[in-house]
Amino acid sequence: MYPQDLKYSEKHEWVRVEGELATVGITSFAQEQLGAIVGVGLPEEGAEVEQHAPLADLDSMKTADQVFAPVSGRVVKVNRALEEHPELINDDPYGDGWVAVIEMADPSELDGLMSAAEYEAFVAEEASKG
Amino acid sequence: MTMPLIFERSEAGRKAYSLPECDVPRKDVAELLPDWAVRKSAAALPEVSEVDLVRHYTKLSQRNHGVDVGFYPLGSCTMKYNPKVNEDAAALPGFTSLHPYQPEELVQGALELMYELGRYLCEIGGMDEATLQPAAGAHGELTGLMIIKAYHESRGDGAKRTKVIVPDSAHGTNPASAAFCGYKVVEVKSDARGGVDLDSLRAAMSDEVAALMLTNPNTLGLFDENIVEIAKIVHDAGGLLYYDGANMNAIMGIARPGDMGFDVLHFNLHKTFSTPHGGGGPGSGPVAVKKALAPFLPVPVVEKKDGKFVLDYDRPHSIGKVKAFYGNFNVMVKAYAYIRALGAKGLREASENAVLNANYLMRKLAPYYHLPYDRYCKHEFVLSAAYQLAAGVHTADIAKMLLDYGFHAPTVYFPLIVKEAIMVEPTETESKDTLDAFVSAMIEIAQLAEKDPEALHSAPHKMVVGRLDDVTAARRPVLRWRPREQANAK
Repeated sequence: MYPQDLKYSEKHEWVRVEGELATVGITSFAQEQLGAIVGVGLPEEGAEVEQHAPLADLDSMKTADQVFAPVSGRVVKVNRALEEHPELINDDPYGDGWVAVIEMADPSELDGLMSAAEYEAFVAEEASKG
Repeated sequence: MTMPLIFERSEAGRKAYSLPECDVPRKDVAELLPDWAVRKSAAALPEVSEVDLVRHYTKLSQRNHGVDVGFYPLGSCTMKYNPKVNEDAAALPGFTSLHPYQPEELVQGALELMYELGRYLCEIGGMDEATLQPAAGAHGELTGLMIIKAYHESRGDGAKRTKVIVPDSAHGTNPASAAFCGYKVVEVKSDARGGVDLDSLRAAMSDEVAALMLTNPNTLGLFDENIVEIAKIVHDAGGLLYYDGANMNAIMGIARPGDMGFDVLHFNLHKTFSTPHGGGGPGSGPVAVKKALAPFLPVPVVEKKDGKFVLDYDRPHSIGKVKAFYGNFNVMVKAYAYIRALGAKGLREASENAVLNANYLMRKLAPYYHLPYDRYCKHEFVLSAAYQLAAGVHTADIAKMLLDYGFHAPTVYFPLIVKEAIMVEPTETESKDTLDAFVSAMIEIAQLAEKDPEALHSAPHKMVVGRLDDVTAARRPVLRWRPREQANAK
């Protein structure tokens, strides 16, 4: 149900690791909960982020939320296409809807993230709490 | 049924104005203004006759929903009926013809009204001193936080106290105001009963916290019975308590934030004290404080000295002015008239009826809609469309369907801690007949959700327009009219 090659955070971000680079987005579960996303506030390229700190702002028809950095590091690239087309997050959360690429400061932080199976169990648990 | 825009009604040469003969010497505008300030072609303003202009805007106004048209149970907004006599008071020429630069001795009546209103608000809130300057609720929040910041700074504590705690059920303006004031926002969870989770609060509390911002009753319409303990936890760590007065309509004459342990509070005169609101104001968000914070209030403060009312600017620790002149004066007049008309007993009755109406609606609707926090509510309560969700019916569908019954929809998808939230605030000014009509509509909608969910998905059916594509409107907003050829070229 969730892509096997990604790592997942409790705040519903996914991470795709390629060497020192971590591409970050939000999960299909998260975008479904938020509903239609209508605006994205991206970080500056070059900005330093701490793990768990806000990375980007999301406006949806239902609410306003944030994308949190699942790992610490430097933002080396942001998905500018989201500024004109925020719907990419809804339509393709693991592909064209990626949010930013972080050059990781401490790749060992990845050990604290979940696998696809663990995240699926985590989401089921959250849902049962209502 | 769409209607043409005023621009689309335009015919060259028509006009809705008639000016008298010019009785001063004519001058060419190019002689009076620098070249860059003179436009080179005429502005593309619509040209319509007077009667067409009047009809256009009258028709638009008829498409509005307001409290004077029908029930408006918009949770957290206190859309109560505002007696027209308060408009009469605010329209008295002695008030409307004032000039803010008039000397104090010529505006004693206005100053007395402001002074007395400040005293009344302090009495209602259990506070010591007040400012009437802030223009609305969020402005009051910012003013209150600036006062808190100035207080900590005066004690040499300002640099250390960088955080403001806000519960996860808070109004969105609370974290926004705290961030705007330069604070880091820390969120604390709600407990199973809907109040502040005390363990989360204790864990978040430290000598880095400047204040806790709280609404009580909170956005679930529930009174936090732990408020005295909450105040102790915050005060013991040197923090202050900020009261968001958005829900003041629930407690007037019954409980006072000052007695609960709050140090600062803002009122929404335009919610609680009889000024129509929504659509941009003007509002008024007075801030009242405990004595220790009074030196930091904005200047000027209206004072009474030797039987005269004066504007006191001599407050060296003041955070300064937060608005031009003295605030939105005409809103103050309405609040003053309202408070004087009701008196202490009447204000208490208003809150009692607001709470009674909310509990009546909640009990009538609970068999048909999920009630996530099942306990006595105050002036509002939160339902959820959880039962209807099984048939694929969302809160938005229910809200749209209500329009066909002539009701404004409740607040939806807020507070965020309730999924598919439906937040209902009937206020004290509605009769039992109106409440029963609303209950009937909600029951019919619940039945429809089981029998014919499609009818709800396509609602509303009786409005001048059907279900709007609000997602595209948000993603691709068309913010201004353009002549057809320009719009096409784009």
